[in-house]
Amino acid sequence: MAPMKLYGWVVSPWMGRVRVCLEEAGVEYEVVPMSRSGGDHRRPEHLARNPFGEIPVLEDGDVTLYQSRAIARYVLRKYKPELLKEGDLEGSATVDMWMEVEAHHVEPALWPIIRHCIIGPYVGRPRDQAFVDECLGKLRAVLPVYEARLSASKYLAGDDVTAADLCHFGFMRYFMACEYAGVVDEYPRVKAWWDALLARPSVKKVIAGMPPDFGYASGNIP
Amino acid sequence: MAPLKLYGMVLSPNVVRVATVLNEKGLDFEIVDVDLRTGAHKQPDFLALNPFGQIPALEDGDEVVYESRAINRYIATKYKSSGADLVPTTPSAKMEVWLEVESHHFHPNASPLVFQLLVKPILGSTPDPEVVDKHATQLAKVLDVYEAHLAKNKYLAGDEFTLADANHMAYLLFLSKTPKASLINERPHVKAWWEDIAARPAFKKTIAAIPLPPPPSA
Repeated sequence: MAPMKLYGWVVSPWMGRVRVCLEEAGVEYEVVPMSRSGGDHRRPEHLARNPFGEIPVLEDGDVTLYQSRAIARYVLRKYKPELLKEGDLEGSATVDMWMEVEAHHVEPALWPIIRHCIIGPYVGRPRDQAFVDECLGKLRAVLPVYEARLSASKYLAGDDVTAADLCHFGFMRYFMACEYAGVVDEYPRVKAWWDALLARPSVKKVIAGMPPDFGYASGNIP
Repeated sequence: MAPLKLYGMVLSPNVVRVATVLNEKGLDFEIVDVDLRTGAHKQPDFLALNPFGQIPALEDGDEVVYESRAINRYIATKYKSSGADLVPTTPSAKMEVWLEVESHHFHPNASPLVFQLLVKPILGSTPDPEVVDKHATQLAKVLDVYEAHLAKNKYLAGDEFTLADANHMAYLLFLSKTPKASLINERPHVKAWWEDIAARPAFKKTIAAIPLPPPPSA
């Protein structure tokens, strides 16, 4: 069985999301590195894989997928369905709810903060502090709900890790490396949950390719 | 069997997203009004259903689900053998991709357009032309991808109507009531797809329950 291929740049938080799922599922895969600054994602051969011109893209034999959460679901369903709580109606609904919460409440709040506060200085983009503050407000609005949830169970969908937790990895990784990480530190259960994720072998392996500055300081521009 | 309870406002597109699927499954449900204008969604009894204080939420006996797309997966899975089967038995990678495309390419542009062009006039304010232009331009590029895809696929996941198509219908409906309906109508395969799925009997039932406002004056 040929290993799966994952196209993209490993510093991407979306790549990180998919890679932790691949690692947790014990899937054999190879990263096909692409250059963002070189515009690889806009070339015809990539548009043939993903007409939206984005990464990551997964190739598994003759199946090609894009959208990081679709890739995550596909991989986990195939190799580790318990991480989706497949077959458990209530459990899988809980996993789905928290995946949607991350998609609509967390990523859209964290990504602009990461762009403005970590990446911005390296690419000469002035920070829009008002926008950063607005995003921090959105994060602060949901953290108490996370805190309450994680007071009731160790992970978001119960006492075992699931896709719902893993999907948070990529964006949390960078947010917790920025100057606003203290916002999360105010919520002890959320902080403990994040620390537990950091301790997982899958996360340690994937984080090794994700320096907190996206590689800009060392000249490894994605 | 207690009917399903769908909490929200009948005019909310995210509520209609769920009503669409409930009707495709032929399920009995009641819409329990949660009036955003009075802040009902931030009151303790609603927060007990959805701690994020957003509509819709679905109550199915003892089970409560929120986030419209999670609700729809739940309904399509639990009631798989009732009405139209929206999730293939052999999980479809293509369906999963297009469910996410709706969520991350279509919705982030369709939603602000519907808010600016339909909701704001109802609330007595006027559309922001810059916001409209930005999202119309972005949605045009997104729908170009849909156009190419639907030239080769009858439905988003292939030959069959699935949850991926169903999740689009609420915002397609509301978008079609705005001047930006042109984004759909100017793309022949997108237009044909929309007309086909809008003609489904279950969707006609969904539309009939929505007190759609008259089109805003030009």
